[in-house]
Amino acid sequence: MTTDTAVGRFGRYGGRYVPETLVPALLELEEAYAKAQQDTGFGDEVTRVLREFVGRPTTLTPAHRLTESWGGAQVWLKREDLAHTGAHKINNTVGQVLLARRMGKKRIIAETGAGQHGVATATACALFGLPCEVFMGALDVERQALNVFRMRALGAVVRPVESGSRTLKDAMNEAMRVWVSQVQDTYYVIGSAAGPHPYPTIVRDFQSVIGREIRAQTLAALGRLPDAIIACVGGGSNAIGALHPFIPDTAVRLVGVEAAGHGLQSGQHGASLTLGTEGVLHGSRSLVLQDEHGQIQEAHSISAGLDYPGVGPELAHLAKTGRMEVRTATDDEALAAFYEVARTEGILPALETSHAFAAARSLARDMGKGQHLIINCSGRGDKDVATISARGVPPATGVKS
Amino acid sequence: MSGELGKAFARAKARGEGALVAYAMAGDPDLPRSVDVFAAMVEGGADVLEIGVAFSDPIADGPVIQAASERALKAGANLRRVLDEVVPEVRRRCPETPLVIMTYVNVVMALGEERYAKLARERGIVGTILPDLPPEESAGIRAAFDREGMDLIPLCAPTTPPARAEAIAKDARGFVYCVSVAGVTGMRSELPPDLSQRLDLVRRAASVPVVAGFGISNAETARTLVAHADGVVVGSALVRAAYTDGPGAARRLCADIKQGLKR
Repeated sequence: MTTDTAVGRFGRYGGRYVPETLVPALLELEEAYAKAQQDTGFGDEVTRVLREFVGRPTTLTPAHRLTESWGGAQVWLKREDLAHTGAHKINNTVGQVLLARRMGKKRIIAETGAGQHGVATATACALFGLPCEVFMGALDVERQALNVFRMRALGAVVRPVESGSRTLKDAMNEAMRVWVSQVQDTYYVIGSAAGPHPYPTIVRDFQSVIGREIRAQTLAALGRLPDAIIACVGGGSNAIGALHPFIPDTAVRLVGVEAAGHGLQSGQHGASLTLGTEGVLHGSRSLVLQDEHGQIQEAHSISAGLDYPGVGPELAHLAKTGRMEVRTATDDEALAAFYEVARTEGILPALETSHAFAAARSLARDMGKGQHLIINCSGRGDKDVATISARGVPPATGVKS
Repeated sequence: MSGELGKAFARAKARGEGALVAYAMAGDPDLPRSVDVFAAMVEGGADVLEIGVAFSDPIADGPVIQAASERALKAGANLRRVLDEVVPEVRRRCPETPLVIMTYVNVVMALGEERYAKLARERGIVGTILPDLPPEESAGIRAAFDREGMDLIPLCAPTTPPARAEAIAKDARGFVYCVSVAGVTGMRSELPPDLSQRLDLVRRAASVPVVAGFGISNAETARTLVAHADGVVVGSALVRAAYTDGPGAARRLCADIKQGLKR
């Protein structure tokens, strides 16, 4: 099964809905990327940097205690949290910054929500010696102080965005506005598999290293493919990266987990695949949270990386065609899953990833013994400790006080 | 398509002037008072009115129009209410002036392309500008608009290569909106030196009028452009004048810019 029905389209979704000023830049990017793909030297360099600097391949860890506790499928964790900078985001920024350098661009801009993509972009820019500016919603600047420090320490300029909801979508608007003004020498590193064509394809390709490694690692460990893979979905870059290489393998269940925030009925969530309607946001047609007049609604999630009112167009297509199952987890369920994973596996997952864990429990039980479930552990939770600890920490386990 | 736009440009030309396309945000500061702004701009000499319909995520707009969008949304402006409450009233008060809507593609898609074209045309809108809809994505919407006799007005940017600019111009409806600077809407002290050449190129290829927009805020800039364009679009400067000093300020600014547009 292929998801490409036209250039830059995934079924009905995708496309390139941007001001005319940006169209030539996107055409230039499309051409440069096509040439880079033909050039084995480029692919080799990306692979080398991922190995030497990022720490790939990341491990596939059997989660023995979660498996035992859940009493269903054998659970495995794809450890993107062990990649340099603590999340999968670095896979994409290394690739795109190398592409920008190849295109002769002098300056990098990016937007960030939770800050992981900003940190990953700042890191790649530091590594390759390019100046970097990161646009971040002012609310997220407050919520993610650690990542703001990391970006600044890496030499990037963090620009707080005060417009709109002061979160990721507004940061993305601002990055696009700045890009329009400086498009000749500036490369915009988009962090999710969203935005105008060719970004959803480029980001998916760079992130697909996750799924390719899962394939090789499960074949080595099990002698066969896994039965299901589950990943959290905000914009969706870790999900499409983990799932894309398995699209033709229809025996492998692909599962995406969205933020249900305070609950799907509450109106405060980030569940664009579940409750979104077709619309155009940030340059592509996809499923978005909007009112009847086409105004984009603010999303909510305890996780800054999931409170985005849109989703990548390819995931929208996979969800609508039924190839990907869509589940949701609330803020409270994600928090509970965070502690469960911390205390059964010794891993503090990111709040984004905690949503995948929250939904994985029932999936593992439904699947039953003898089946193999891979959870994409997209990032580590260090950046979220302020948010999480503010709600109080449950008492220690197994220790008499 | 629409003869009204062509006639308005021809009237200005017959008077020895470039046309002034004046933009304001419907619903800023509220729906009834924005009608006063549109009427005042026509009193000041505007030849075409561009009625902005707010969108929550206006990626082509600079800070002045972004802020106006936020105010308009707070005041309850949406495409349906603008069509029902603002457009008919502007039409009543300015019966001779062609009306064009400027908004984002998602706003039109939410109402439905064909439904929008029909409703807008019924209420007196002759053209629509969608700054995030490049030619590659516009075939469906344009066909729907054509069926209703509504012009989808294309944009051309400083980064658009000459061959592409010619293709856009040749195939244009209503008028061609030449974006003067690579950037978002907003006032600027200087326009790029190669703008006049670009306007000449587009004008040679186009069978409809060509206007320059983005960054134009005073009579002086208008004067330099009118040798190379059939008119100018003024947005942010008018939005700011109307918001800070009321409709009278927008009328005075239009009159001032019209002076600059005299050939």
